[in-house]
Amino acid sequence: MATLAGTRHPLASPAEQLRILNQPLGRRSFEEALAASGLYPLTAAGIQVLQINVGKLCNQTCRHCHVDAGPDRREMMTRETAELCMRKLAETDIPTVDITGGAPELNPNFRFLVEESRRLGRHVIDRSNLTVLLLPSQADLAEFLARHQVEVVASLPYYTPERTDAQRGERVFAKSIEALRLLNRLGYGLDGSPLRLNLVYNPSGAFLPPAQHAVEADFRRELRRRWGVEFHRLYTITNMPISRFLEFLVSTGNYERYLDKLVRAYNPQAAAAVMCRSTLSVGWDGRLYDCDFNQMIELPVAAGAPGHIRDFDYAALAQRRIVTGVHCYGCTAGAGSSCGGATVPA
Amino acid sequence: MSSYYHEEDLARFAEMGEHAPELWNKFQQWYSAVFAEGALTQREKSLIALAVAHAVQCPYCIDAYTEDCLEKGADLAQMTEAVHVAAAIRGGASLVHGLQMRNAAKRLSM
Repeated sequence: MATLAGTRHPLASPAEQLRILNQPLGRRSFEEALAASGLYPLTAAGIQVLQINVGKLCNQTCRHCHVDAGPDRREMMTRETAELCMRKLAETDIPTVDITGGAPELNPNFRFLVEESRRLGRHVIDRSNLTVLLLPSQADLAEFLARHQVEVVASLPYYTPERTDAQRGERVFAKSIEALRLLNRLGYGLDGSPLRLNLVYNPSGAFLPPAQHAVEADFRRELRRRWGVEFHRLYTITNMPISRFLEFLVSTGNYERYLDKLVRAYNPQAAAAVMCRSTLSVGWDGRLYDCDFNQMIELPVAAGAPGHIRDFDYAALAQRRIVTGVHCYGCTAGAGSSCGGATVPA
Repeated sequence: MSSYYHEEDLARFAEMGEHAPELWNKFQQWYSAVFAEGALTQREKSLIALAVAHAVQCPYCIDAYTEDCLEKGADLAQMTEAVHVAAAIRGGASLVHGLQMRNAAKRLSM
């Protein structure tokens, strides 16, 4: 599969994605839904997570990717921007640095970000596609992550090959299992181990994720029984109607139905707990966003808030107004969705 | 040729409450309670519903519970087995009526 950018697909353009998302379809706008829940305007309540997207290069081309990442993408965070992120981090008490991509490990500055964040005493999360751990160029990656006690949050949409490979590419499941076993051998995911290994389930199609506790129990039982794999937690994430998943929805005639489903499933509890209220997202070029999804459709932080990491101002950003749109229904449907899974307890 | 069943009618199901709201509300409450997690998980209930949908051959229910099964974390292998259970019971139900046939034949025969 090719990236939208690589095939010059119209939906590679954030403007075209927003044009589709902003079509009036007689639904309640997200802002109206927030107002009805007493949450409008939505504002940040501090910054607990600095999420750094180091670029769009990836060794996989997953069907649902909201980044449109792939081997042909060249957008990469430079050393200068990475150093800027760390200098600004040092001025704050933000406890968690969440590194994502693309495959973030393929950025030459990934290890610098990990080492520097750890030196500053921060918790570090690596959002990994797992197969990157098996690349010859990354032979020592798993040990590096373990040595620095990096939490690994790894994508695995199902515990069988069929659904996983349909979404993530041929033989990705087999390689993912091999990578998970490698992490288990280093102590990752084992009961009582400080080396945290959490998995991410996202639906392999135009439907919502199951209850997190239920599917976590299925994954634990089946991954252990079938593949001898252990992990700590499973996070369910709803697919966002942007980028490649938006293309899938539109090209398969599922777009309107899926959007209706998200709107109907709006949950005020999930709206109150959205991750953007406690996260600041940094793009590969240093620009600031409320979340990784806004980053991909190029909706920067609200006017008036510092727009680039070089202008980072904790006080101004910690109370900023959140920029919202119809895609935000993806985080407020059902039990909610965030980079840490469901946001509403079962 | 127009079809007797229309996919978009599923979304109009609630219109059945228009002339009998109390009965509709009771049905809704009961229906929700039936599918809540209990001694059976929600996924197990959804797979049973999918099987029954095939047994009663309701296209609306098949669409609805295919999606619901996926949203409860079931995969095609589980869903296909559930349909086989429905088919086996339907087939077995026909076959076991063969005894009715045998009884009748015996009654009529020398």
